[in-house]
Amino acid sequence: MNGANLSIWLKLAVVAMLVWSLLATLPNLLTPAQRDALPAFMPHQAMTLGLDLQGGAHLVLEVNQTDILQRAYENLEDQVRELGRSKNLGYTGLSSGPGGVTLTLRDATQTTLLRDELVREQVQLATDAAGQTTLTFGESFIAELQTRALAQTVQVLRSRVDQFGVAEPVIQQQGKARVIVELPGVRDVGRAKAAIGKTAQLNFHLVSEQASMGGIIPPGLLALTDERGQPLLVQRRPSLTGQMLTSAASAFDEFGNPAVDIAFDSRGTQLFAQLSTENVGKRFAIVLDGKVYSAPVFREAILGGRAQISGSFKPEEAQDLAAVLNAGALPAKVDVVEERTIGPSLGADSIGAGLVAMGLGLVAVLVFMGLFYGLFGLAANIAVLFNLTLLVAIMTAMGFTLTLPGLAGMILTLGMAVDSNVLIFERMREEMKAGKKPLAAILGGFEGAFRTILDSNITSLIAAVVMFIYGSGPIKGFAVALSIGLIVSMFTSITLTRWLILSWYKRARPAALPL
Amino acid sequence: MRFPIRPFENLPQFNFMGWRRFWVWFSILLSVATLGLLVARGLNYGIDFAGGKLVQVQIVSSPSIGAVREALEAGSFPAATIQNYGGPNEFLIRLGANDPQLQTPLAEQRVQAALQAKLGATELRRVEFVGPQVGGELRVQGALAMLFATIGILIYVWFRFELRYGLGAILALSHDVLLTVGILSLLQTEITLTVLAAILTLIGYSLNDTIVIFDRIRENRQRFPNQALASVLNLSVNQTMSRTIMTVSTTLLVLCMLYFFGGEVIHDFSFVLIIGIVLGTYSSVFVASPVLLLLEEWYQKMARDRAARDAATPAP
Repeated sequence: MNGANLSIWLKLAVVAMLVWSLLATLPNLLTPAQRDALPAFMPHQAMTLGLDLQGGAHLVLEVNQTDILQRAYENLEDQVRELGRSKNLGYTGLSSGPGGVTLTLRDATQTTLLRDELVREQVQLATDAAGQTTLTFGESFIAELQTRALAQTVQVLRSRVDQFGVAEPVIQQQGKARVIVELPGVRDVGRAKAAIGKTAQLNFHLVSEQASMGGIIPPGLLALTDERGQPLLVQRRPSLTGQMLTSAASAFDEFGNPAVDIAFDSRGTQLFAQLSTENVGKRFAIVLDGKVYSAPVFREAILGGRAQISGSFKPEEAQDLAAVLNAGALPAKVDVVEERTIGPSLGADSIGAGLVAMGLGLVAVLVFMGLFYGLFGLAANIAVLFNLTLLVAIMTAMGFTLTLPGLAGMILTLGMAVDSNVLIFERMREEMKAGKKPLAAILGGFEGAFRTILDSNITSLIAAVVMFIYGSGPIKGFAVALSIGLIVSMFTSITLTRWLILSWYKRARPAALPL
Repeated sequence: MRFPIRPFENLPQFNFMGWRRFWVWFSILLSVATLGLLVARGLNYGIDFAGGKLVQVQIVSSPSIGAVREALEAGSFPAATIQNYGGPNEFLIRLGANDPQLQTPLAEQRVQAALQAKLGATELRRVEFVGPQVGGELRVQGALAMLFATIGILIYVWFRFELRYGLGAILALSHDVLLTVGILSLLQTEITLTVLAAILTLIGYSLNDTIVIFDRIRENRQRFPNQALASVLNLSVNQTMSRTIMTVSTTLLVLCMLYFFGGEVIHDFSFVLIIGIVLGTYSSVFVASPVLLLLEEWYQKMARDRAARDAATPAP
């Protein structure tokens, strides 16, 4: 840049940016219908509002690691039991928990058999002094289980959320065990949370004829309570599981109460047919996540592969359950570890307050600059307005989400944006006092202040970048608004303000600067 | 009055540096007192960092806090803390971090039911839940963010200025952040993620004035190499006084608008920045520059002593 003349390219660049920023900002001021009516060459995109402004739910779910292990060890226990049948493995006291599978071998030499048969699961064997053997998975196998469970959880959650028809949901893996679920604009968050967080393990257990003997549960059985609160003993191993479903739909039972119809796949149909044929007159329990929904009696063989889950549903519960069953079961329990839900009315209030603060802040800054720097203040004000449109335009075009802190960041940069101009004008005042001619004072002001502007903005930028890296949603929005705002303000103060003041100078040729 | 207004028509002639020892001791005292306060009183961590559940409700009937408490006690939430938030019909209800029963995913619905039963139409406006583990993680992340922001700025100042300036700047920065956090402790302002964002912004912005003054000091030292450093510092601070006040005013103007009109969520955020920026301006004049001067005097004394020693021992 040589002194008094801005290069034509710089001027063109400024004008181009001005035009572009106005075009890109415009959609934010229009209704969706008006946006669609815009001619094709104009940008149509408006800024996305964050959950804190439009309302919605932000949930962080964590896959329960203990549950993953528990389930995996239950499977291992079944495998061991199977070995007992097929390979004559002799054992007593077989049980499993999240810490592993324990058993006592009748014949200690059979550890080799166990080790050889379970090599694929990388099972480690440890036998204590009392002869009890504990089977545990190797670390890499556990890590694999966890990775698989997380991937499956993400997939299931995605299809569940899709079934709820939320517009633009976000489902994102976070770290090794967590999933972020964002549901913008969702109305009934409680209902969504209940449906999303449901493990939805559907199992069909045969009800046992045995009675529990003084609170001791016979091996291979499971004690549950039925829908009327009566104790119910069922076979621990489910005869059929929700994995064998092809579809579920909400329906009504014979009494007109909400229910869920389910249809089995071919294997499920076959198993269900066999089960019902062999057990006519016996009861079976429909168990969802450990809770018995109903325990009807097989009145006849059911060959069509269809069944109905009834219970005391509200109509929307039946709908949600059908949706969740269609999406499939989660591989393990999930816990909500973080939640931020904003009601739509609060979001609207926040936008309102933010816009009022922005308007008042803008007016205050404009008046302030006018009072203290007169005509030059006017030039700075034009630059500040340009600044604001450019900031909005860039944030819109880059697809950043506007959050409440982001709005605060935009307002804050209004105040900071004039800092650069203040630095320049104060420098000009000093140059004038030092006896410089007007043009020399103007140029001296821009030159002398440039380095200081850079320095003082860079420290703010460093902090903003750190915030972007470490912050979550809303804070990231603030960091983005702040950094873009700072960069834009540096740019406008050394291009647009300079251009305005120099072209005024060339026309007016004043003897002294009106500063 | 002339237009445009010129608050500093004539260069101010304050002798800031004459009192340098006083200012430095004053700031040390203030910082020590703040540290004591932080140890004695601690910070009021919000659920973001402490874990727990926060429910914001709007109750149409604008009941008293006592009535809300009774309704919640009747609904078996005796441990909830209740706070008026913004308007008379808006309340924040916090459920304990240690009681897992109160943190169940749907606890807010039971809160709403309990309030509705006694006080009529109640709207759930906001629910925030942070599990204890996540709270701990956010605390670590927040501390790291503050640390890295400070280190980043330290590195930058180190590159741009000599070490002495860097030390002065970092002391000023630490002073601002420490005192701001001290005020938050004094007022028991709730420390939320938004407040942390404000503190981080402050870390970036508070050096603004300091850097402007340092830039001027460096420039003046080249222009007047023979003047005593104290008078160069005085001159620099006085020369930049006008612009310091002007930039701080514009930023404060905007922040005041945010504070008064920006809504309840932004309230604490703007409050922290207002305090921090005022402190930052104070420290740029009364901490950073005196420290620089004292360091410089100390350096010169060391150099004189060394020269004296070198003169005493004859060169080989």
